[in-house]
Amino acid sequence: MSVTITLNGSMLNIAADPETPLLWVLRDELKMTGTKFGCGIAQCGACTVHMDGEPIRSCQTLLEDAEGTNITTIEGNNGKAAEAVQTAWAELNVPQCGYCQSGQILAATALLNETPKPTNEDIDEAMDGNVCRCATYARIRKAIHVAAEKMEA
Amino acid sequence: MFHLLDAPLEAARPSRRNFLKLSAGALGGLMLALRMPGTAQAANQTGDLAQPFVHIRPDNKVIVLIKHLDKGQGTATGLATLVADELDADAAQVETNFAPANVELYKNLAFGVQGTGGSTAMANSFIQYRTAGAAAKAMLVAAAAQKWDVLAGEITVSKGIVNHTSGQSASFGELAELAGRQDVPAKPSLKTPADWVYIGKSFPRVDMAAKTTGAVSLYGMDHQADNMLVAVLARPPKFGTVPAKVDDAEARKIEGVVDVVMVPSGVAVLATTTWPAIKARDLLNITWDNSKAEQRGTSAMAEELADMTAQTGFTVPSGHGDVEAALSSAAKVIEIDYAFPFLAHAPMEPLDITVLYDGESATFWTGSQFQTIDQMVAGGVLGLTPDKVSINTLWAGGSFGRRAQPDSHYFAEASLIAKARLDAGNAPQPIKVVWTREDDIKGGYYRPMVAHKARVGFDEDGNVLGWLHRVAAKSIMTGTAFEQYSVKDGVDSTTVEGIGEMPYDLPAFQAEAHNAETAVPVLWWRSVGHTHTGYVAETMIDRLAKEAGEDPLAYRLKRVRNPRLAGVLKLAAEKADWGKPLAEGRYRGIAAVESFKSYVAEVAEISFREDGTVKIEKVICAVDCGIPINPDNIRAQMEGGIGYGLGAILRNEITMTDGVVDQENFDTYLPLRMTDMPEIDVHIVASEEAPTGVGEPGTPPIGPAVANAIAAAKGEWITDLPMSKHDLA
Repeated sequence: MSVTITLNGSMLNIAADPETPLLWVLRDELKMTGTKFGCGIAQCGACTVHMDGEPIRSCQTLLEDAEGTNITTIEGNNGKAAEAVQTAWAELNVPQCGYCQSGQILAATALLNETPKPTNEDIDEAMDGNVCRCATYARIRKAIHVAAEKMEA
Repeated sequence: MFHLLDAPLEAARPSRRNFLKLSAGALGGLMLALRMPGTAQAANQTGDLAQPFVHIRPDNKVIVLIKHLDKGQGTATGLATLVADELDADAAQVETNFAPANVELYKNLAFGVQGTGGSTAMANSFIQYRTAGAAAKAMLVAAAAQKWDVLAGEITVSKGIVNHTSGQSASFGELAELAGRQDVPAKPSLKTPADWVYIGKSFPRVDMAAKTTGAVSLYGMDHQADNMLVAVLARPPKFGTVPAKVDDAEARKIEGVVDVVMVPSGVAVLATTTWPAIKARDLLNITWDNSKAEQRGTSAMAEELADMTAQTGFTVPSGHGDVEAALSSAAKVIEIDYAFPFLAHAPMEPLDITVLYDGESATFWTGSQFQTIDQMVAGGVLGLTPDKVSINTLWAGGSFGRRAQPDSHYFAEASLIAKARLDAGNAPQPIKVVWTREDDIKGGYYRPMVAHKARVGFDEDGNVLGWLHRVAAKSIMTGTAFEQYSVKDGVDSTTVEGIGEMPYDLPAFQAEAHNAETAVPVLWWRSVGHTHTGYVAETMIDRLAKEAGEDPLAYRLKRVRNPRLAGVLKLAAEKADWGKPLAEGRYRGIAAVESFKSYVAEVAEISFREDGTVKIEKVICAVDCGIPINPDNIRAQMEGGIGYGLGAILRNEITMTDGVVDQENFDTYLPLRMTDMPEIDVHIVASEEAPTGVGEPGTPPIGPAVANAIAAAKGEWITDLPMSKHDLA
C-alpha cells in the first residue's frame, strides 16, 4: 500500500503502513528529522507541520489522513512569511536548545500567512500549543512582531 | 549543578585518574593526533593548524572544538567567542564541533573530568579558550613573518586577515599550513579587556542556522545510520521494580519488530523504525518483580520528610551563634514548614542514545553531558577500556540536569541491550534507544522531594534572635562517584546549598540535614539545592521583615553581607521602581539568590486571575556574573531560567500513588506556555570579576519573588508547592 502526498512541493508515493503517524514517516522513512518528536500526544507542538497551509500535529496525523494533501515541513518552509520569521528568529537570537523551534517557526509562519499583523492575543492563540522548555516565549512573541514588520516593509 | 571546587576555577585541577579508574595506557590511546603547547615542530600533513581547541583549515574556516555539551545554554557560542576574540577571527569564518571524549584534553577544569554542569562552562574555560585563540594567532603571525621575511612585530591581525605594515596581507586559510608548523607558544599574551572585539559585546550564535532550518542529524534523537535498529523499552511501573519474565508473542507480530531484549531497566522492543517499536511495546505481557519496589505514595513520603524535620539532624558546619539559647530566651518563636514536590526535568528532547558495539569497541551518539563518566560506565558494562569507547557528542534538546548522570544509566542501558544482541549471535548493528515522553515523565531522576522547617525566635520588637533550620531530602550525591566530594558527616552539600548559612546578618543561625531513603532515583535539576533553599530563605526573609515591621528590600539591604548581592538587589529594585505605587490589583515581591558564584535579584509583578490563579505580569531581573562574555546570551539564560522556575512553582509536581507515578505526559505534567510567560527585563551588572555561570542562577529567585508578591497581596506565604494547590481568588 502506498500513500501519495505533496511534500515541500514534490509529489511522493510513500510505501509505509498508512496508519503510521506522519511524524514517524517524515523522520524514519524519509530521514527528514527537522520535524521533532516531543510528546506523541499533540500536547507540545514540536512535530508541527503545515497541511494545506494549516498547522497540524504530525504525531497525531496518520499517513493515510495526509493522502492527497500538501505537507510543508521546516525543511521546505519558504515564502514571504517564512523568510521573515526565520530572519526575525536569527535577529532576536530566539532559539536556545532549539528542539521545539521547527514547530514554533511553522506555527508562527502559519499565523503570519493568515494574519499578517497579529496582536498579542492572536499570538497567544496561535502559539499556546507550542511548548518551549527553555522558555523562549518572550523572544518568540517579539520575533513574530518583528517578522510582521518585515513583511510590511 | 554540582560544584566540587570552591577554589578559583581558573586554577586547573589535576585530573582524578584514580577516582575514575582510568589507566594511563587507556588514556594514551584516546589522545588525538594533536599537538599540545610547548611541543616541537612536527610534520603538518593535513594542511591545518590543528590544536586541541582550534583548527584553522586551508579553506579559511576556523573550527572551535567544544569540550562541553551545548543544551541550549549557549556554551558553544560562548567558547567560540573566546577563541575568535583572541584570534581576531572574522565571526563568519568560525564554526564549532563538539570535542571527542578525552579527559586529558577536554576535562572541565572545575571537575577534573570531562563534563558540563554547575554553570561552570564559561568560568572554567575563560582563560583556556582565550589562550588557545591567542596561541593560534601567534602561530599565524609567525607563519606570516616567515613567509614574508618580515618582523613579527610589524604584523597585525584583524577580522580574519593577517596584515603587514608594507600592505601585504593573507587570510588565515592561506597561512594555515605554515602556521601549523610553528612552535606552539605555551603562554601567549592575552588581550586586555579594552582590546576585546567580541567579549562583552556580541557574537552570532553558531547554532542559529541549523536550529531554524531543520538541519539533519543535529540532536541525538535525529541520529540516522544504515541498518540501524530503534529500541523502545517497557519500563517498570514502580521504582525498584525489575522485569521477571516477558511474553512477547504479540509484540513480535508487529511488522518491523526484530527482537525483544530484557534488561534490568525494562524490556526493549527493537524494530527497524521507531513507530513499530512504540506500538509493539504496548503488546508486551510482562511479569514484574516488585520485591524491592518503592510501594509508597508521595503523601506518605512527604509525611516522612516532615517528621524528620522535627528531629535533630546532621549539623551543617557553616552556622554561627548559640541558636538553642536564642530560641529559649525568645519572646516569640515561629515555626514554619515547607514542602517541595518531586520535579521532572522534561527537556523537549527526551533521552535518546545510539550505540554501535562490535565486541571490541563501542561508539555512541548522543548529547553526552558527562563524557568521562559515560565512557567509564559504558566501558564497565561492555568490558572495554575507556579508550575503546568513543562518544560523538551531539546538540541536546535541553537537559536542565537530566543528561548529567552520575550513574550514566542511559549509557548503561544502551550498552546492555547492544551486548545482549551481540551475545545472542547477532551481527553488530547501530541501536538507537528512544525514550518517549511517558518514559521521561515517569522515569525518575527527579529533583528530590524536600521538607524544610524553620524555627525563628524574636525579641519583643520583632528582631531575630536565632534561627534553627532543618532540611530533609534524599541525598543526590550519596552512592555516586561524587559522594566523597559532596557528602561530609552526613550532610550532602547539594541538599543544603543556599541554606547552610544566610547571606544576611542574623545573630544566630544553624542548619541541620536529614537524608531520606527511597528507591526513587533523584538528580540535580536546574540550580539543584537552590531550587528549594532559595525559595525558603527568601520567603523567610520577607516574613522576618514583616515581623520587624520593615520594608522587605530595606530589611535585606540593611543586613546583606555580600556587596555583589546588595548590588543586584539595588539594581533590580531601582529598575522595578520599588516603593512606587502600582496599578490597582498589581503586587510585587523581591528575592535575591547567589548560586554558582553568580548573583541574581528578581522583582516579580503579579495580578490574580478570576479563576484563582496567579498571573505573572512582569519580572525585572538584575544579574552579576562577573565579566559578561555574551550579554545577549546572559539575558536569554535569565529569561529561560525564570521561565523554567516559574513553570515548576506554578503547577509542576510528580506525585505517586502506591509507588506509581500519577503523571504521564504534557497533559498531566503541565509545562509553562506562551500565555504564562511574563515580560522580562534583564539588567547586567558591569563587572571586571572573573566570569561565572548563567545557565542556572536565573532560576532560584523567581519562586520566592512570586511568593513574596502573593504575600504582599494576601498576607500569607505559600509554603507548599506547586502554587496550583492553592486557591488565590
